[in-house]
Amino acid sequence: MINWSVILGIAKTHLLTKMKSTGTATLGVTFGIGAYITLVSFMTGLNGMLDDLILNQTPHIHIYNEIRPSDHQPISLYGEFKDAFNMVHSIKPKQNQKKIHNALPILDYLKKHPNVKGATPQLRAQIFYLSGSIELGGNLVGVDIMEEVRLSNIQDNIVEGTPEALKNNDSGILLGAGLAKKMSLHVGDRVQISTVYGNIFPLKIVGIYQSGIAEIDDSQSFANLKTVQRILGEAENYVTDINIKLVDIAQAVPMARQLETQFKTKAIDINQANAQFETGSNIRNLITYAVSITLLIVAGFGIYNILNMLIYEKMKDIAILKATGFSGRDVQLIFMAQAMIIGFVGGILGLLIGFVLSRAIDHAPFETEALPTITTYPVNYNPAYYIIGITFALLSTFIAGYLPSNRARKMDPVKIIRGT
Amino acid sequence: MDYVLEARNIDKHFHKPKDFHVLRDITFGVKKGEFATIMGKSGSGKSTLLYILSTMDTDYTGALYLNHELVTGKTHQQLSRIRNKNIGFVFQFHYLLSEFSVLENVMLPAKKLAEKTNAQIEKDALQKLEMLHIGHLADQRASRISGGEKQRVAIARALINDPTILMGDEPTGNLDSHNSENVFNIFKNLKEEQGLSLLVVTHDEDFAKRTDRIIQMEDGMILNP
Repeated sequence: MINWSVILGIAKTHLLTKMKSTGTATLGVTFGIGAYITLVSFMTGLNGMLDDLILNQTPHIHIYNEIRPSDHQPISLYGEFKDAFNMVHSIKPKQNQKKIHNALPILDYLKKHPNVKGATPQLRAQIFYLSGSIELGGNLVGVDIMEEVRLSNIQDNIVEGTPEALKNNDSGILLGAGLAKKMSLHVGDRVQISTVYGNIFPLKIVGIYQSGIAEIDDSQSFANLKTVQRILGEAENYVTDINIKLVDIAQAVPMARQLETQFKTKAIDINQANAQFETGSNIRNLITYAVSITLLIVAGFGIYNILNMLIYEKMKDIAILKATGFSGRDVQLIFMAQAMIIGFVGGILGLLIGFVLSRAIDHAPFETEALPTITTYPVNYNPAYYIIGITFALLSTFIAGYLPSNRARKMDPVKIIRGT
Repeated sequence: MDYVLEARNIDKHFHKPKDFHVLRDITFGVKKGEFATIMGKSGSGKSTLLYILSTMDTDYTGALYLNHELVTGKTHQQLSRIRNKNIGFVFQFHYLLSEFSVLENVMLPAKKLAEKTNAQIEKDALQKLEMLHIGHLADQRASRISGGEKQRVAIARALINDPTILMGDEPTGNLDSHNSENVFNIFKNLKEEQGLSLLVVTHDEDFAKRTDRIIQMEDGMILNP
């Protein structure tokens, strides 16, 4: 029979009369949990932002025609030299079209596919930007701008102008931010571009595009698909790339393989394109957890230490309690209750401090050229971290309290009373 | 005979630092309403015997009966309950919980027993304190009262559950003669007015002489069973 009100009453008195130790132990837990919450929210927020930065710019599947040499040189088909040792010098890439064969039927097929959220055609053209006598090399990407807005975060990267302005202007261009800076051009100005064949076209700047990745911003601009087809003098079915966004991203790998064989093109899935990136994310997560767990373990040792000291100080009290009829289990529960109260109060305070610090970080200005859409540090307020935090606080105080309280349970009152 | 507490053939060894036969075949009993003292030189085993009789020490052979019920061999959980309900204990050093008030100290064993409501326990505790003329100290912190007062609080605590027997391990050993006299009179009154059985270990011959019976111990044996 456990009399909780008596046990909790004694635990409460112990905690209140030893306010200093109680406070120290509680603060240990508070800071451990608070630091964990802050760190994990901040780090995962940062990871999430970096993921978005890269992943939103990467289609889940990217279809294009790869320029590469033939797998089998003609001589290997020639029976008479089958057993000979053939050497072919200066192998050139196979004569191939850049455009995707049958692009429009492929697009139709993809748009009807249940797992495809959207498929957008793109036409990448090598061009030169002309600024007086200076020629800057770069890309012009013909896109279906409204589809891109729907499927990617391109809108976030249009720092001046709107996607609609591009859609409505047949000879409009979204100029890369780096290019605009180099050529001192602004929205409303005209820029001349030249194709590799030397044809010159004037285009009107309807917006500025800034991805945050300098290499892209210094070379890439966007125009309507039809505009680029017209500049290149190609037909309406001339498309070099198809970007696909999926409903279920986990299907990217098998689907890319299937599309490759079905349409005899190259299909790159997101995992292939971002293999290194994934590794980076994983390592950052690992570091976050290693640091957090260290903090929590340190807090746990603090509690263990303080409870141990408390029990040492209270040896005589333990003997009296046992002599007057409290069982070993009652005594253990008294000290366990103290540990759990410290863990609970410290844990809750820790969550609050973690939340407040997260808010502070969330409001700290973070402005960088590379990330035009971000103005403050990213923070991830995932409730799961708060649940993990309080669970760990209770768990670590339970373990830290169990060992000393178990000692109190086993303590022989006669030995203490007789002083042996 | 109507023994409240009875020991039969109790033997005990200390194993450390080397084997030592501290109690040899102890057989005796305490009658209802009897005020008995155990006397003997240091090392005669009298305190050791008392802690066995109090059920706190379970490392012995033989049999111990409390209210005709065999106590030997019960679990720690059951023994705690028996101590709580049937045995009051007074130590040489006051041994109060210093963080608690006098009243809380007295109430604690009754709260553990949980047979009465808190209000009832508080009333009983105040009544015990009044009986020992320390009712005015009820709300003081236990660490703030004098040695003689502490011992009286300890007696009040020992009495709170109306035990079958009150045991004392040199309850006057740490007190001046005035307070010793006080404690003796309290014990005497308890026996005479409430018919309580008492078993007290003491060095104090004057104290012992005025009790009903002196049990003399030497070398782990009772000389006058």
